[in-house]
Parts: sequence; C-alpha cells; structure tokens
Amino acid sequence: MAIFNLKINGKQHEVDVDPSTPMLWVLRDHLNLVGTKFGCGMAQCGACTILVNGFAVRSCITFVDSVGDQEITTIEGLSENGDHPLQKAWIEHDVPQCGYCQSGQIMNAAGLLMSNPHPSDADIEAAMNGNICRCGTYNRIKAAIKTAANS
Amino acid sequence: MTIVKTKFNRRSFLKSSVLAGGGMLIGFNWLAASCSTNAPKGLTIPDEWFEINGYLKIGENGVVTIMSPNPEIGQNVKTSMPMIVAEELDVDWKNVIVEQAPLNTDIFDRQLAGGSDSIRQSWNALRVAGASACKMLKEAAAQKWDVPVEEITTELGVLFHQNSGKKIGYGEVASAAAVLPVPEEVELKDLTDFKIIGTSKKNVDGFKIATGQPLFGLDYKKEGMLIAMIAHPPAFGMKLKSFDATEAKAMPGILDVFSFKTYTEDYALQWSDTSSFPELVAIVGQSTWEVMNAKLMLTVEWEPFADYEMNAAGWGAGVQKVTVPAGLESTSGHNAKMAAAAAKPGRTERKDGKPEEAFKKAAKVIERAYTAPFLAHSPMEPMNFFADVTDDEAVLVGPIQSPEYMEKTLSARLGLPLEKIDIQMTRMGGGFGRRLYGHFMVEAALISRTMKAPVKLIYSREDEMTFGIYRPAYHALYRAALDADNNLIGFHVKMGGIPEHALHANRFPAGAVDNYLAESWTIESNISVGAMRAPGSNFNAVAEQSFLDEVAEAAGKDPIQFRLDLLNRAMEKPVGENNDYDAARYAGVLELVREKSGWDTGSGNKNRGVSAYFCHHSYVANVLDIELENGEPVIQKVYAAIDCGIVVNKDAAVNMTEGGIIDGIGQSMYGQLTFTDGQPDQNNFDAYRLIRHTEAPKSIEVHFVDNDIHPTGLGEPPYPPVMAALANALYKATGERYYHQPFIKNTFELS
Repeated sequence: MAIFNLKINGKQHEVDVDPSTPMLWVLRDHLNLVGTKFGCGMAQCGACTILVNGFAVRSCITFVDSVGDQEITTIEGLSENGDHPLQKAWIEHDVPQCGYCQSGQIMNAAGLLMSNPHPSDADIEAAMNGNICRCGTYNRIKAAIKTAANS
Repeated sequence: MTIVKTKFNRRSFLKSSVLAGGGMLIGFNWLAASCSTNAPKGLTIPDEWFEINGYLKIGENGVVTIMSPNPEIGQNVKTSMPMIVAEELDVDWKNVIVEQAPLNTDIFDRQLAGGSDSIRQSWNALRVAGASACKMLKEAAAQKWDVPVEEITTELGVLFHQNSGKKIGYGEVASAAAVLPVPEEVELKDLTDFKIIGTSKKNVDGFKIATGQPLFGLDYKKEGMLIAMIAHPPAFGMKLKSFDATEAKAMPGILDVFSFKTYTEDYALQWSDTSSFPELVAIVGQSTWEVMNAKLMLTVEWEPFADYEMNAAGWGAGVQKVTVPAGLESTSGHNAKMAAAAAKPGRTERKDGKPEEAFKKAAKVIERAYTAPFLAHSPMEPMNFFADVTDDEAVLVGPIQSPEYMEKTLSARLGLPLEKIDIQMTRMGGGFGRRLYGHFMVEAALISRTMKAPVKLIYSREDEMTFGIYRPAYHALYRAALDADNNLIGFHVKMGGIPEHALHANRFPAGAVDNYLAESWTIESNISVGAMRAPGSNFNAVAEQSFLDEVAEAAGKDPIQFRLDLLNRAMEKPVGENNDYDAARYAGVLELVREKSGWDTGSGNKNRGVSAYFCHHSYVANVLDIELENGEPVIQKVYAAIDCGIVVNKDAAVNMTEGGIIDGIGQSMYGQLTFTDGQPDQNNFDAYRLIRHTEAPKSIEVHFVDNDIHPTGLGEPPYPPVMAALANALYKATGERYYHQPFIKNTFELS
C-alpha cells in the first residue's frame, strides 16, 4: 500500500492503495466516483474512459502510480452542472439505451474534441472505434458529437 | 371512449396504508437517493405526497410521481410505461417524476423484462391505473363543489367545472381523492385524444446517464459492504475437485475464500434457474482490485464430471429429473454432430398437404443449409448483485430481468418466506436475455449469508463470457419445390440445434404453401443456454429470409413481390389453421419498405437486400444497401418499416429500432463463441467481436405503420430480419450467398 495524492476534477484526493491498482478501481471503490464504468478490464471496450491532462485514456489499465500530478477528469467533473456541450447534445439526441457505456463514450468524445474541435464523420468513427455500445447507439453518438462540435 | 372494469387489476389498487406498510416505496436509502430523483429541472418537490394507487402519488402542488413497474434494461420502459399512466391521468409530463418500482407482486403484474411484452401486456393495467386515479380526482372535486361528477372535466392536471367556471389543480384535491374508494369501472380515452402517447419524451434517466450518477447495480454501495468474486470451472463438463486458498487468503484485504454449491441436491430448478457449474469458489475481500488479485493466487483443481441428474420443476408437470451429460465438447464435434443430425429425419412439427409428392414432381428443387454459432450475450455491465442476507430476511439489489422468478428461487434456496425476500431493481447495463437467469443472485445471497455481511458479487468480463447462458448453436436445412411455372408448390424446413432448435413451425411461409413440412431435432449438451434477444427468431429469420431470397431468384421473381404473392395466398386462402401471423400486417411492412426505399423506382444502388419477419406480435421489413470499399462491405443505409401497433414514445422507438438493426448486423457479421474441450475460446472483447462505430450503417431510416392496434413488441422484432437483409445485400455485392454465421468468416478477413 502507498499514499497517492491525485488531482481529480480540480480537487486533491489522497488514497492509500496498492500501487498497481488501476485508476478505474481507485475512482470507483475508493473515491466513490462510479460514473467511470467497468466493462472489460483490458482496454477493449472504452467504458472506463477518463481524461488525463485532456487525453482520453482507459482507466482500467492506467495504474495509480503512473498518474503523478497529472490532472484527471472523470464524467462527474466534465462540467459543474452537467452542461458540457457533449452532455447537452447527448440529452438532446436522447442517445442512451441502457446507458452503461455512455459516460465512457462522452469522455472519449471529449478527448476527441480537445484535439480535433471539428471532426469529420470519418474522424469521429475512427476516434470512437474503441468504445463499444452493445445497444447500438452509434449513429446517435455520432450525431451528438457533431452537435456538440458545432455549438 | 372505452369503459373497462378495474377488477381485473384489483391488486394494483391496494391503498396507501398497505403500500407504505411494507416499507417498499419509502425509506429505502440508496434508491431514494439515487434512483427516485428523476425530477425534471425546475420542478418543486412537494412537502407531502398522497398515494392514489400503487402506481402513482400526487403532491399538494400537483407534481405527480409515477412508478415504473418493470425492470429497465435499455428498452426505455422507465419512460414509456409512466407515459401511458400520465396519458390517462391527464397530467402535464413536465410535472411527472418517475421512480423505479421495487418488486411488489401485490401491486404490479408481470414485473419482467422479456418477450418484448412490457408494454403489450401492461398496456391496459397502466391505462387503468391512470384513468382510475383521474376518476378519483374528479370525484373529489365533485364532492368539494357539490356538483355531479359527470360534469367535471380535466386538462393537464387541472379539474374544471364548465357550468360554474370553477377549476382546481390535482394537488389541491389529492388528499381527498386518496381516501376515496377505488372506482369499479373507468373510462379510457379515445386514441385520438392522446396527448402524450405517440409523442417523443426524453429518457427520464438521460441526465443522470450523461453526468455519470449512480444508476446501475455495479454502482450500488452500502456501508460495510464486502466485494466478492467467484472462480468457476474453466470448461463446461468440469467440476471442482479441490482448491488451496492459502496464498489467496494471505493477500491484502482478503477476508475469506470458500467453496459453495449454488443449489442443494434436492433443489428443483425453476424457470429462470440454470446450473452451469454447480459448485463455485468464492473470494471475498474489501475492494475489487484486491479480490481480483487474490483470485489469481487461488490454486484450484478441476476434473471432468460424469453424467449427473438434477431436479427440474416443470410448468405444472411436477418435479422431473434432468440429466446433465458428461463430456468436454468442442465446436468441431458440434458441427459434425449437427451435419449428421440434419441428414436424418427429424421430429415432425407440422405437415400440410403432401410435401413428399410435391418434391417428387417438382421441376426445380432448391436445398440449402444454414448455420449459426453459440453467442455470448455480452451486456456491457458484467453480471453483479448486492445481497444482504441474515437469518430473517434477504435484501437484494441489482440488475435482474426476472425479479418475480428470482424471488421464488431465493425463497426456496434460502429457506425464507417470499415476503422476507426484498428485491430492488437497478437500471441494467444491458442484458439481452442474460439477466433472465439470476444464478448470480443466489451466489451473492449465499456468500452474504456465509460472511454474515452485505456483499456485492462482481463478475469479471472473463467470468461473464465463460460462464454464459448462451444463445444455442443452430442448423437449418431448407428445401423448396418449384413447378415448371416457378410456383412454390412445396416447402420443407428441418431445424436443429445444440441443445435447442430455432424452429417456429407455424410461422410464414407456413400457411402460404399447399405442401409444407417442418421438422426439428436437438443434440444434448452440458453447455448452458437460454434466451437471447428474439430467441429462435434470431436464427430462423436469417435462414428463412435468405433462403426465400434465393428461391425468388430461382423462380425469376422480384424478392419483395415473391413474398407478397405468398402472403396474398395466406390472406386469401390460408393453408392450415394454426398460422401465427397476420398476413395483411406482414404484407403491410413489405409494401411500406418497398415504397420508402424506392425499391421499384431504383435508387441506383444495385447491392440491396430485403427481408421481413414477424416475431413478438410485431412485423418488421428491412431494405439494406451495401457498397464495397477496398473489398470491404460498407453498409450505407438501412430502411426499416415496422408495425408494432400504437407507438408510445416515438423517438425512443426509433432509437430501439436503430439499436436492433446495429445489433443484428453485428451478431450476424462478427459474433461467434467457439469451444475447445468444453472451454470457450473467446473470453473478452479482444477475441469476441462486437460491432463497433466504423461498422455501423452510415444511415438508418425508420418508418412505423400508423394504426390503432394496441402496442405489440419492439425490443426484439427489429433485431432478426436485418441479418437476412444483410446476407441478401452481401450476395448482390459479392456474388456469393452467405449461409454460415458469422458472415465475416465467409469472405472477409478480420481487419
């Protein structure tokens, strides 16, 4: 076990965990930030996507001892009042079915828009290809990202 | 206006004292904190609630809470079921808060997510719940104003008395209405008066989903809660021999490691009970990562089992013995067994006319075989459940499609009376049938009882995929007899599977062909299977609608016209009496998709496939367009024409249809679970391929038939037919027929 000081959603958090613990479980089990979802545990589905210094990463393979003082953003910290353009677009397009993968989809899309504020359809598809939606809401996800990019 | 008796649903109208007495709706902390606050923004939460009936309560300010009785699995019943209540109650949807109801069979009927039947089967109960509350509010206003109740009208939560010009909000008479007797009969609205049903209302959990708030079973927490995982045999056909937990127990945060039997030897399996692996090893600790690591340090020896018997409680047939066969099965062996079984006569399920003679005198006989592999449901949220079991009661919280069945299972297995089993339903991260089989609830409950502590059981993705209740592997042999004029004079289908077949003997084209034979066969297996989205239909549709396409081509006919001619025959002079489809509605969706896709006028796209299928009381036709780009198929557009009766929530229904189409394309193109010596060869998404963003159709266009038929299924019907539309379009694009799923294996390499 070791103490880590993490900057998450603009606040400092101290956790005492095994250094090999993935951020996914630090967030979910130790900090009660359960918006970041467990899907596969091997970076194949994207349900656990968070931002580290603005880049979308899979928190299930991001170990706590690799984070250092980088800034972590989770779905809970994407906006203060749930009004990030992507969150608004997600609601406007009524994207979710079961909804389980959607926080990962939104966080991955947030990473995409930071590096490419006006993505083409092909850019969106390629950037989002690591995020599985088992219910099949891909077309709505794409439409919502375009709406957010244009807002 | 329709007048209906309320008595058929009497139990739904138990009064508030009963409702509150069970403590079911009030005071359950987590659900109250995280599931019930679906209040639209700007809504003022009332100081006081008045329970009018089991489905709804009204606050003093007119805000209404409506309970959504059925499990929410992504089919959006949590929005659409309350919409139906709100419609008849006649309130402004903006003033409605939705809560997920707990399992309560005293109040609600059929709390099940399955069979695409939530709306169809609860349509009347939901309307009556709203209408009877509306009538009680009218009665309260009539008494207050001392006027005849017949003179009271309502509009959007306000009661009016036209003659005197008086009006009053629902909230102001709610306390008086709550103590009135339940009306014996109520008037339901004319369909033309609907203001909410048929519009588009946003998902009531949409904001919570988009902001990552706790909703799902995996998100549930309780103070003092432990985390548990299980170790199961690596292969079907194996059982626990011994285990050494010394190292695992020494790992940090680990509290205990023990084996347990999911069912006792005298236990009789009920409908939703499955027994893939009778004995498991539990690893229990403080946190998920610690338990995952300890599981790696567990040393377990497994061994093949011999045939064994279990008790199964059949449907009214008493307890029967079922044998689980020994053996470590492989896909290669399965395929050989299926080919051999298909070559022999099957069990006759339906016979019309003289099919043998028709085939003898046919000018042309077309015979084709189709196969599909086992599939893993793979919902994004792995199986999990919270359980807190004491000597006196069991509280279970989590994602389950079949809470009513599982209540009985838990009662029998734990030896607790039904009323001591409290099941709370969380939103489900998908299920597709997998969460009909709640063995994980039993496991969680037994672990909690052993630990004497609240426990959340979590499956890893690998557990989830290798401890499945899979879609069976299927085989179909189709034969068609054409006469010299290319008329279909004989049709023969022989379907089988491991361990179940997919045949629906009374479905189209049964009823449209004079000489018809349907046969079935099955091969026993120890691999556990169950319902997956549109069971049977999810193979039947692909095989049948691909075959009909080929028969139409052999007959030199347009594939839509060929089907319409057969349906016309079934309408005008049906063969047999047990045809379970409505040929006119079937033809209706084909006509609609023909029109909307510009089938006859030609869109310039030659690579089009068509398909139509009936299941879950609904009808869906698809046209699908493909282009080949660098030799890879790109699905440009899918058209869907659907007859599911009245559509409750329009945009949500479009969403459901889009999802079904994408799921169908994904499963038929990429989905397969294979076995080697009993062991699934795929255990995570690196090997088990689900459809991804780049593979989804570029565009989907959905059209609903506009009619007054009471709602029929929608969760499953859009899923099966698109697979055949894909196969038929692939044929146009490549010149090859696609008989075996996944289609990707036929021509296209995995990219």
